[in-house]
Amino acid sequence: MIAETRAEARDAAELVQVEYEPLPAVVDPERALEDGAPIVHDDFGTNSCYTWKLSAGDVDEEFGNASVVVKERYRQQRLIPNAMEPRGVIVQPFPATGELTMWSATQIPHIARVTLSMVTGVPEAKLRVVAPDVGGGFGSKLNVYAEEALALVLARKLGRPIKWIETRTEGYQATIHGRDQIQEIELAATSEGKIRAVRAKLTVAMGAYLQLVTPGVPLLGAWLYSGAYDVVAYDFECTGVFTTTTPTDAYRGAGRPEATYAIERAIDALARKVGKDPVEIRRLNFLREFPKTIASGLTVDSGDYDAHLDAALELLDYDAVRKDQAERRERRDTKEVGIGFSTYLEMCGLAPSRILGAIRYGAGGWDAATIRFLPTGTVQVLIGTSPHGQSHETTFAQIVADQLGVGYDEIEVLHGDTAVTPLGMDTYGSRSLTVGGIAVYKAAERIVEKARKIAAHQLEVGEDELAYDGGRFTANGGALTTKEIALQAWTAHNLPDGMEPGLEASYVFDPENFSWPAGTHIAVVEIDTETGNVDLIRYVAVDDVGKVINPDVVAGQIHGGVTQGVAQALWEEAVYDDDGNLITGSMVNYLVPSAAEVPSFELGSTETPSPTNPLGVKGVGETGTIASTAAVMNAVVDALSARGVTDIDMPATPERVWRAVKEVAS
Amino acid sequence: MLAPNFPGRKEDAVRRVSITVNGAEHDLDLDPRELLVYVLRERLGLTGTNVGCDTSSCGACTVLIDGESVKSCTVLGVQADGQEITTIEGLATNGSLHPVQEAFKDTHGLQCGYCTPGFVMATVSLLRETPSPSEEQIRHGLEGNLCRCTGYHNIVRAVQQAAGVGV
Repeated sequence: MIAETRAEARDAAELVQVEYEPLPAVVDPERALEDGAPIVHDDFGTNSCYTWKLSAGDVDEEFGNASVVVKERYRQQRLIPNAMEPRGVIVQPFPATGELTMWSATQIPHIARVTLSMVTGVPEAKLRVVAPDVGGGFGSKLNVYAEEALALVLARKLGRPIKWIETRTEGYQATIHGRDQIQEIELAATSEGKIRAVRAKLTVAMGAYLQLVTPGVPLLGAWLYSGAYDVVAYDFECTGVFTTTTPTDAYRGAGRPEATYAIERAIDALARKVGKDPVEIRRLNFLREFPKTIASGLTVDSGDYDAHLDAALELLDYDAVRKDQAERRERRDTKEVGIGFSTYLEMCGLAPSRILGAIRYGAGGWDAATIRFLPTGTVQVLIGTSPHGQSHETTFAQIVADQLGVGYDEIEVLHGDTAVTPLGMDTYGSRSLTVGGIAVYKAAERIVEKARKIAAHQLEVGEDELAYDGGRFTANGGALTTKEIALQAWTAHNLPDGMEPGLEASYVFDPENFSWPAGTHIAVVEIDTETGNVDLIRYVAVDDVGKVINPDVVAGQIHGGVTQGVAQALWEEAVYDDDGNLITGSMVNYLVPSAAEVPSFELGSTETPSPTNPLGVKGVGETGTIASTAAVMNAVVDALSARGVTDIDMPATPERVWRAVKEVAS
Repeated sequence: MLAPNFPGRKEDAVRRVSITVNGAEHDLDLDPRELLVYVLRERLGLTGTNVGCDTSSCGACTVLIDGESVKSCTVLGVQADGQEITTIEGLATNGSLHPVQEAFKDTHGLQCGYCTPGFVMATVSLLRETPSPSEEQIRHGLEGNLCRCTGYHNIVRAVQQAAGVGV
């Protein structure tokens, strides 16, 4: 319905009578694979979308020889991303030129432009996509949506601007969801608890249709089901399944929180089986020499897992919390305490283009930056990544200020406008610093190289005679600053023979490897066994994200990521009824946590610089979410394990916890 | 396009109201069903007040009505007749940020920024009622506002800093 005001459009929509013919629903991916299940797409004759396998080493032999086998089954409930800004799109047509400008609350203006051009037939060069300050994404805006294409087509057809703003309920129903998978994981181990092999099998709901990355999301975790642990054999299998639900796609962590959850829960189950402390069993299994090619085939860049585990234990005062736990049990306290670990390993910084090609992604994983010195000595940094809360303006300006020796406030970082920035691959997968930030760094190096040539020419010395520090070239008592050189490059009155005027440089960076953050997260919960209520009372996180450019930005990413992961463990769950109706359709019954539900976080850090990029940085946007869900659920199980509880489904609501406690008591 | 006798257009139901927003008085002819948040955003152009949900759950639209924090998506414009409203645009004075705004900036108390105007307004109201809140009072005092980016850690620090300077 198109109208001049929101109220008119709503009224007009009410005049439309729709007769629906209900089709049979199937909302559960395992049920959808059973004989006789309703088929979502009749053409296919099956709900199985694909099966993807990865295998290395002799897994069967390892399981045959294993003294101990742990077999676990976990459910990753469906989640709703809940960026605070709903999606929205405005398209302004310019009929005289045939150009169209789209403002969209998207994470991916560049990918949206090429995709929407292909969908609508608007020539790519006539389409400008602007993603201004975008209010959060978490993967939900890493997509190209029907409303964007519709607004584009309608604006072109009507020759008038078109605006569409999503309501929250529309967002819950039609913006992508996350997770929704059944995980079966098996560990083959020695009697001491040394893991030899991992076997993981996933059954994942795709929803009714595939969105941008739907089938690829669980595969982003395909290499990580052995976690931070050294194993010799590895087997992974994932089956994507059509269900009559909203499509799943990338939600913060995308495949890696799921993998981390499975291995971190399973290693705790193994610890219980062989009678070891969760700390001890992790130390027994850690990867220790880097770079290390892991069983699944990728190479971990760097790390020191004992270091972050030690730091986290000290921050927590582990022995004191265990003592409190024992004393409560001793006095039969109805409030139990549980301690949960997650010593995660993550791969992020999407991505080496060749690897994306190998798993049949439709695009590369590089990114770009252009740095332009203006005549007055201020600097524009144009980036191909597209922030929506990650502080690129701050971090990237720091990188440039350091290299060019100009004031932080004299640097303007511009992003999110395809008419302004170089072609880029946008922001997701903790890639902005490790890919886009390196492009910025390398472009700044090129500026300095050119400035050095101009300085040498004007000071009449050899380039290698020049010292460079803090934006100032010096030699033989003469000096020129980068700002002075910028003006010289602009006037071009006195440049070396044959040199192009201007002081501007670009770089496109394609990473040679992923980056591999790791860390130790420890959750402490207090569970009221009479009500089932779980209270997260402490949360310790020690992360190694390589070199840190801005500690406040990094801490902020971890705080927010942790909270989203905690929310999966304790509160959030998207639920469909058997007829396929979403019954958690608003913030009233889908429980996004408030400040009252979470504690202050206790953060520490260790640092092993990544050897695969010149800044030594690793990604941080998703670490918190990847690590925290497992830590919290391990804490919940740890609190109740002495009573005989070994598993609780997520979210660990008071009802689920209370029932679990009652069940083992009876 | 729309028929001229559209049933939603009830011109005879329009009511004249007088609302003071950030110190300026506005006489407006409002449709009775117009929510205050859209009066602020679309009639007065004060787009700092955001809409985040349909269910008064998220608090992104928080403003002050006669000094108390209110979710402006749950108030009809006509209900604000004769009242004084402060929005995020009304906090800074002579180009200087309000101490609560300054505190959110100093402590990295925001990331995407969408919820921030609501949090700032809710904090101004909280500190008016409880000038020296404990961490628990801060967390409970702000539980009507949702943030998806910060995990609230630095928002709590921001409120503590603002309370320290005496708002």
